[in-house]
Amino acid sequence: MSELRYTKEHEWVRVEGDVGTCGITDYAQSQLGDVVFVELPAAGKKVARGGEAAVVESVKAASEVYAPVSGEVVESNAGLPDNPAQVNQSPMGDGWFMRIRLSNPAELGELMDEAAYKAYLATLS
Amino acid sequence: MRYLPHTDAARREMLAAIGAPSVDALFRDVPASARLDGPIAGLPTTKGELEVERHMAALAARSRPAGTMASFIGAGAYRHHVPSCVDHLVQRGEFLTSYTPYQPEVSQGTLQYLFEFQTQVAMVTGMDVANASMYDGATATVEAVMMANRVTKRGKAVLSGGLHPHYRAVVETHARFGDFRAVCAPPLPAGGEDLASLVDGETSCVVVQNPSAFGQVVDLSPLARACQAKGALLVVVVTEIVSLGLLSPPGAMGADIVAAEGQSIGNALNFGGPHVGLFATREKYVRQMPGRLTGETVDADGRRGWVLTLSTREQHIRREKATSNICTNSGLCALAFTIHLSLLGEDGYRRLAELNHANAVTLAGKLDGVRGARLVTEAFFNEFTLKLPVPAAGVVDELAAQGILAGVPGGRLWPERPELADLLVVAATETNTEAEMDLFASKLEEML
Amino acid sequence: MDKSQGRVSRDGAAAELPPVATHSGHRGLVMDEKLIFEQGVEGRCGVDLPEPPKVARRLGGLERKGPVGLPGLSEPQVIRHYTRLSQKNFAIDAGLYPLGSCTMKHNPRLNEKAARMAGFADLHPLQPISTVQGALALMDQLSHWLTTLTGMPAVALSPGAGAHGEFCGMVAIRAAIEARGEAASRRRVLVPESAHGTNPATAAAIGFEVDAIPADARGRVDVAALKAKLGPDVAAIMLTNPNTCGLFESDIVEIARLVREAGGYFYCDGANFNAIAGRVRPADLGVDAMHINLHKTFSTPHGGGGPGSGPVVFSARLAPHVPVPYVVRDADGFRLVEHQAGAPSSLGRLKGFHGQMGMFVRALTYMLSHGADGIRQASNDAVLNANYVMARLQDVMTPAFEGPCMHECLFDDRFLKDTGVTTLDFAKAMIDEGYHPMTMYFPLVVHGAMLIEPTESETKESLDLFVDTMRSLAARAKAGEAEHFRAAPRLTPRRRLDETRAARAPVLRWKPAAAPVPRAAE
Repeated sequence: MSELRYTKEHEWVRVEGDVGTCGITDYAQSQLGDVVFVELPAAGKKVARGGEAAVVESVKAASEVYAPVSGEVVESNAGLPDNPAQVNQSPMGDGWFMRIRLSNPAELGELMDEAAYKAYLATLS
Repeated sequence: MRYLPHTDAARREMLAAIGAPSVDALFRDVPASARLDGPIAGLPTTKGELEVERHMAALAARSRPAGTMASFIGAGAYRHHVPSCVDHLVQRGEFLTSYTPYQPEVSQGTLQYLFEFQTQVAMVTGMDVANASMYDGATATVEAVMMANRVTKRGKAVLSGGLHPHYRAVVETHARFGDFRAVCAPPLPAGGEDLASLVDGETSCVVVQNPSAFGQVVDLSPLARACQAKGALLVVVVTEIVSLGLLSPPGAMGADIVAAEGQSIGNALNFGGPHVGLFATREKYVRQMPGRLTGETVDADGRRGWVLTLSTREQHIRREKATSNICTNSGLCALAFTIHLSLLGEDGYRRLAELNHANAVTLAGKLDGVRGARLVTEAFFNEFTLKLPVPAAGVVDELAAQGILAGVPGGRLWPERPELADLLVVAATETNTEAEMDLFASKLEEML
Repeated sequence: MDKSQGRVSRDGAAAELPPVATHSGHRGLVMDEKLIFEQGVEGRCGVDLPEPPKVARRLGGLERKGPVGLPGLSEPQVIRHYTRLSQKNFAIDAGLYPLGSCTMKHNPRLNEKAARMAGFADLHPLQPISTVQGALALMDQLSHWLTTLTGMPAVALSPGAGAHGEFCGMVAIRAAIEARGEAASRRRVLVPESAHGTNPATAAAIGFEVDAIPADARGRVDVAALKAKLGPDVAAIMLTNPNTCGLFESDIVEIARLVREAGGYFYCDGANFNAIAGRVRPADLGVDAMHINLHKTFSTPHGGGGPGSGPVVFSARLAPHVPVPYVVRDADGFRLVEHQAGAPSSLGRLKGFHGQMGMFVRALTYMLSHGADGIRQASNDAVLNANYVMARLQDVMTPAFEGPCMHECLFDDRFLKDTGVTTLDFAKAMIDEGYHPMTMYFPLVVHGAMLIEPTESETKESLDLFVDTMRSLAARAKAGEAEHFRAAPRLTPRRRLDETRAARAPVLRWKPAAAPVPRAAE
């Protein structure tokens, strides 16, 4: 059973067991425009919740991607650097950035669920 | 006033449309304490074109242009002949008065020549990719160091003693106020520097100038290998870009980054500025490059065109995280470079380099041994160092009074090194005649 | 009748024609031009150089082994190539650039004549000082103009452009803080959210932490928020005045005082000096350091992106840290202080030689031509022109802030709401109308920003046509003609270009079809 959670910085994490797959949301990719480049963390890198984990660049903007949860990076999306358009086309699916082994699953409780994130988006526009 | 087209009638009409009683009313936010009631005192009032021309001509007349003397000065700026069509093209209004090409649809002229410039710079340096120019060779050098720091995530730069002392000083300024260290090897006029021994696991880069500030040319391949073995980058600095018409380029010797001065091609001496910094590197480091980059693409009709690209590295987007704070490039100077190099082409570039080297070899032959003057530089391109039996500064001043710009005395470049005060750094280009060289030799003989 | 001939038909409407197809690829006066590399012919050369004398080479055996790869062209070809390229550029000489914060004023040709006088252009920077007294005198005169116009006691001429000047000014501030022994404690620099990107980039490059200050509803620095951010760890504030919204910071004297009392310094970005030159002296506002863009306020040409020049004026408390080299006037003439040893408090050297001398000549020529009265009049006219544009557009476009502006006026994209036309689309449509777009999406504090700076060089007729054109475009957007804007521009040598493609798979140089020359082993 996987849990999907969101951050205020528009990252999402889908947790199965103790590993969370992370990426940026559809709202984030539409704000960025065409993604031209991504910089992903190496496996083994330790990340803290809210700390910089990756970089995503579009033609007009560059943005840090923050780790939604603390832990260790077990894998990055190897196919993404060669095909950054995936972030625009499938931000919640094939456009995932990295997988993190959670060091503190309790953090999930502090993130927004689907309904809360939708409500948050409504306040932005 | 000729540059200000408004008549008083027009100004009144416009104020009426705005609904303001006077222009002063538009400055209402200026604090009373800072308001000036009239033109600032201590400055002259407007002058007509003839009068300004006279004033500037009088100022110009108080200096002696290099062309009125036998000129043998190099040390980072070189006097070459620029074909007359370069300056005409550069002064076309569409080049002179155009802006940075942020709107590519109306800037294809600028973008195309920058793409040509980037290609030319990559070719002559033997590297994969180049940017659209920097302010000058010295600032390009410090940008190269900062890039090496980013790439290697290390903070110690090792600088060769043969690096132009002004370039070294610029790196030291940035090191002092930035987040890295610069270790400077002492200058060795006769060569024999062992930089490899200074490279360790903390070294981000080694910066070496080739030909050096003394004119010495060396093979950097062993140093490149030593850097690579320790994970450091090799930054090669070139102050005389004409040298690459004859010499093996930095890319062939294993350079990771090239920082160069392009003034020699297309640009006058201009008393030191504006010049044009060249910056080139390997493909894998492209996203860490500072400065503007022009890239090829297609338009909505599928036609080839060019745009500024990879701008997300730059200050106007990344802000605090930018690779550099640089905003302008050297635009018009880069254009002059491109046009001159287009005229030279493969054959002309090579022949220009051969002329320079031949003149320098001839001059060195005439000066070496003159009353105890000794040639210190083994292998050189168009610049070499003489050791004189007396302090060089006095000789230079005396010869200047006789119409000869004899080179740069060691004391001017390395004032903190009294042991170099008897050195004279001399350059010869294609503009020097045999008669000038003979004059130099005979006057030097008289003097010593 | 034959409609394909393009004659006006009997009912008065012109016939609709497909685009002209040409065999050559040229289109009338706009020529399609390949790259030089695609036109070169081996053996062709555009210069005639003499045969080099035969000498024994002394290159240490380090001759180049392979060709450079440069194309060979003749002089006529080169002239034609670059002439054709030039014809695809917009330029101040050809039309209005309403680019906010860029000051696209007329570039006088007398400047060019002066810069090319041999007594300036043909001087080597390291000639004996006795042979370059005129050049040093010019630098001294320029310094006098800059210090007098700003009221500041000292100036550094060497920075190569505005961003370089910012670096110089902020480094001087850091040097002063170090001299007070507070380097470790004072690390925070306050920068408005509306600042130009070079400001935070510069501060970060010198190791400062950047702390953003919000603007108030009037578009100016929120003084209350500023006060809350002041503390003993504040090194400096970086402000642009007039600010990037085109507004004079009315509280600037108080802001300067507050920062000074907190022990910090005031860096002023001088990009907008054209609004106040000759009317207000930055020294009277409490500025400690300010860079001046000679290529903005003082008319040196933009040259398609450079070269610029960014001298920095300093207050008395920063003056000791001026970089080398600088000019000193002695009893018997001028000399240069070129090394740190001669100026121990100096922050050091920033550039290879003395600064952008070619731009100094041009700027001084401009200053002499205008005089103190002309410079003041230029500021008056610049501010008048911007307010005129604002007044004539404010009913159809949405000004971001109320009240008069200075030399530039700022609009946001509220007037385009629900039209399907973005600021970008609007800008591209301006191109077909013969105008370079205004500054877009800057400052960031306003949505879809449009920053318009006409400068003092424009006549009333020119401004009227510009304003009428903008009104017409605004009307078309509101009338639902979104497609017209999205397809723009259509009359330019190239239509909209694919920037995504350029960034995803960068092609940054031309490459020959053959394999590249092998390099040293990896």
